[in-house]
Amino acid sequence: MNKISLPEPVSETPLLEMRGISKSFPGVKALSDVNIALYPGRVTALIGENGAGKSTLVKILTGIYESDEGDIQVDGKPVVFTNAQDAIDFGVTAIHQETVLFDELSVAENIFLGHAPKTRLGLVDWKAVNARSLALLHSLESNIDPRVRLKDLSIAQRHLVAIARALSVDARIVIMDEPTAALSRKEVDDLFQIVKRLKAQGKAILFISHKFDEVYEIADHYAVFRDGKAVGSGALADVGQDEIVKLMVGRSIEHAFPKVDIPLGETVLSVENYTHPTEFRDISFALRKGEIFGIYGLVGAGRSEICQSLFGVTKPSGGALKLGGKEIVISSPSDAIKAGIVYVPEERGRHGAVLQLPIYQNISLPSLTRTSRSGFLRAAEEFALARKYAERFDLRAAALSVPVGTLSGGNQQKVVIGKWLATQPKILILDEPTKGIDIGSKAAVHAFISELAGEGLSIIMVSSELPEILGMSDRVLVMREGLSAGIFERSQLNAETLVRAATGNA
Amino acid sequence: MIRQLFKFREMLLVIIIAILLAVFSTRSPGFATPGNLANIFNDTSILIILALGQMAVILTKSIDLSVAANVAFTGMAVGMLNAAHPELPLALILVVALCIGAVLGAINGIFVWKLNIPSIVVTLGTLTIYRGMAFVLSGGAWVNAHQMTAPFLQTPRQLFLGLPILGWTAIVIVAVMHLVMSRTFLGRAIYASGGNPTAAVYAGIDVGRTRFFAFVISGTLAGLCGYLWVSRYAVAYVDIAAGFELDTVAACVIGGISTLGGIGSVAGAVLGALFLGVIKNALPVINISPFAQMAISGSVIIAAVIFNARQERRRGRIILRDRGASEQIEVAA
Repeated sequence: MNKISLPEPVSETPLLEMRGISKSFPGVKALSDVNIALYPGRVTALIGENGAGKSTLVKILTGIYESDEGDIQVDGKPVVFTNAQDAIDFGVTAIHQETVLFDELSVAENIFLGHAPKTRLGLVDWKAVNARSLALLHSLESNIDPRVRLKDLSIAQRHLVAIARALSVDARIVIMDEPTAALSRKEVDDLFQIVKRLKAQGKAILFISHKFDEVYEIADHYAVFRDGKAVGSGALADVGQDEIVKLMVGRSIEHAFPKVDIPLGETVLSVENYTHPTEFRDISFALRKGEIFGIYGLVGAGRSEICQSLFGVTKPSGGALKLGGKEIVISSPSDAIKAGIVYVPEERGRHGAVLQLPIYQNISLPSLTRTSRSGFLRAAEEFALARKYAERFDLRAAALSVPVGTLSGGNQQKVVIGKWLATQPKILILDEPTKGIDIGSKAAVHAFISELAGEGLSIIMVSSELPEILGMSDRVLVMREGLSAGIFERSQLNAETLVRAATGNA
Repeated sequence: MIRQLFKFREMLLVIIIAILLAVFSTRSPGFATPGNLANIFNDTSILIILALGQMAVILTKSIDLSVAANVAFTGMAVGMLNAAHPELPLALILVVALCIGAVLGAINGIFVWKLNIPSIVVTLGTLTIYRGMAFVLSGGAWVNAHQMTAPFLQTPRQLFLGLPILGWTAIVIVAVMHLVMSRTFLGRAIYASGGNPTAAVYAGIDVGRTRFFAFVISGTLAGLCGYLWVSRYAVAYVDIAAGFELDTVAACVIGGISTLGGIGSVAGAVLGALFLGVIKNALPVINISPFAQMAISGSVIIAAVIFNARQERRRGRIILRDRGASEQIEVAA
């Protein structure tokens, strides 16, 4: 591209248009009746909270999911993407948040893996692979040697390789899914130079980011998603940040949260300047008896990580922990369980239950020191414990001796929560307690959380869902990039404040 | 209790073993007599004991390939000890055998626990090292029957209620292992560590430590078998029990112990070992060559693996039929 040939290639007919796209998963409507249009030579920013449906849209656009309803048009002609190759054939390509590349392969091999040019004998034409890689990298104004191994490159250079890979299939529509998440400011500037070059080449770009300053810097259009619906779109020049924040969060809070105001008791746990070498720094807060303490932030802000280190799964590198005024050290989950701190992880399937073991053994697993005598387990006590919590949660199972793997998802969830409460904790850490649950069950979970707080349990609740955080928390710690972005009292809580704090958009 | 002990899988093996015995006895009338059955059991005792150690390790998602080398080293050590100091009582020799075995097992366990090296690599290394140590210890020399004392050789052969002490030893170990696996914290931790290591960590179980103890169990039982082997065959040399580690793994696989960890039972491991024992004893009776025996054992192992895999899949289908569970899977995907 030479610079004199600019005027920007602009046209009013979209290169790609999605109309009336809906996609449901059992129990969850991920997208409903969404429209979005991408224009050649324009960057469209896709904005929305976690769980707003952005990833689902990207997956439909790249042929990984098929939509239930709606159609996609490229150049005004309807197309159907039934698999990833179809999308590539129509020139749609995505650069993902965590780029999928191979460390031990060369740059050129990474770029052409799976679609390398072949010689007449059907062998890989390495000369062509290297030459075309070099040409692609040159078009991105980079002088990376296509023959070096990927592992010798910096993160920014890897991004370039990922972009080159995306362009190697004659892409016309480029999707960038949070491409700046792992980059420094300098690297972001370099990336934006590339984006501008792609614009100048007439490619349509869908740019997904949480960071408003970047969106305003690079994008021409915006589309805001909320709860699987497109709630606003247009030219970015016409709207201010305030309006976009309002679009992102401005939902009517549909179900009343069964938050019961409980007089808060004394401080149970105080966390002082907790620091982890890579994930979070200088986090301090105090948790009181009967309190529901929310932790809000974007994915990757360090919320789960701080909870995992409170539970002893990872070790902090600095800071102190006081339980009931006494300093304690927690270096393993069994220390935490003994101290009365339990953690119900986000991925309950992977972290929660041992599917092969029977229900009663799962429920008793963290409580075995209590139900056993001098190293020997006592089945009768284990059954009694399991029966108590199975009744409390109305667990539906043929018998307590059947493997947890034979239960339905909802009932597995009950087993997992039951097993933690069976340890009789003082502090309960809930990581995304309602993720992947339908609306009806959410209300039940919320009522139950309130009930536990009423019984004097202190609860730390990590959540990405604003209504949940706003509806349930007594106080909220907002985290941004591993740091505290402030602790907000219930009286100060509103959606815009929290989103501003979490995105750094003061 | 019986139903709990012998689940469907185990019942199936019991039936297959019974059918085998019935078929063999039609070909050779003396085969299914109580005396011969006691002989077969006695002959399989060492495999049963080693398979139980292997089971504990496999349940934690690991494998112990060094058991046979452990048998060889410990066997050599106690054989030489007995030859050099005939005055030492058998009880002391047994304690020495158990301790050497436990230490060798603990070495495997330490590598797996503290250095986080995959167990297959660790035990592949120690398998060579332990056998090499047996050579270094003996200088390649044999310890022969005439060098060993009478109690050392004869005790496992003493009959008690028609079964030699060797067989009774296996029965005691089976009972102890059943107790450990079903009634102790360690047993539960072994199942949980293999079934879902992440969930086990979150439940306060130290998975690495649990694996360490599984290797110690396996090593201790191998040490015991070192003595039993040398006593039974009345000779100790560097190559005893060569390749026997694969028989122990085979017994576990046939007995339904999942190589992915977390699934399996003491009864399964015992029946798997007995199945191999019956085949090994029966085929010569009906004039089938040892090479065909190996082919048959191999085919049975593959059949057992296919059977296991199908069992797992069928269980998957039951879950999928449940609407709630399928939702979870979809959302996760």
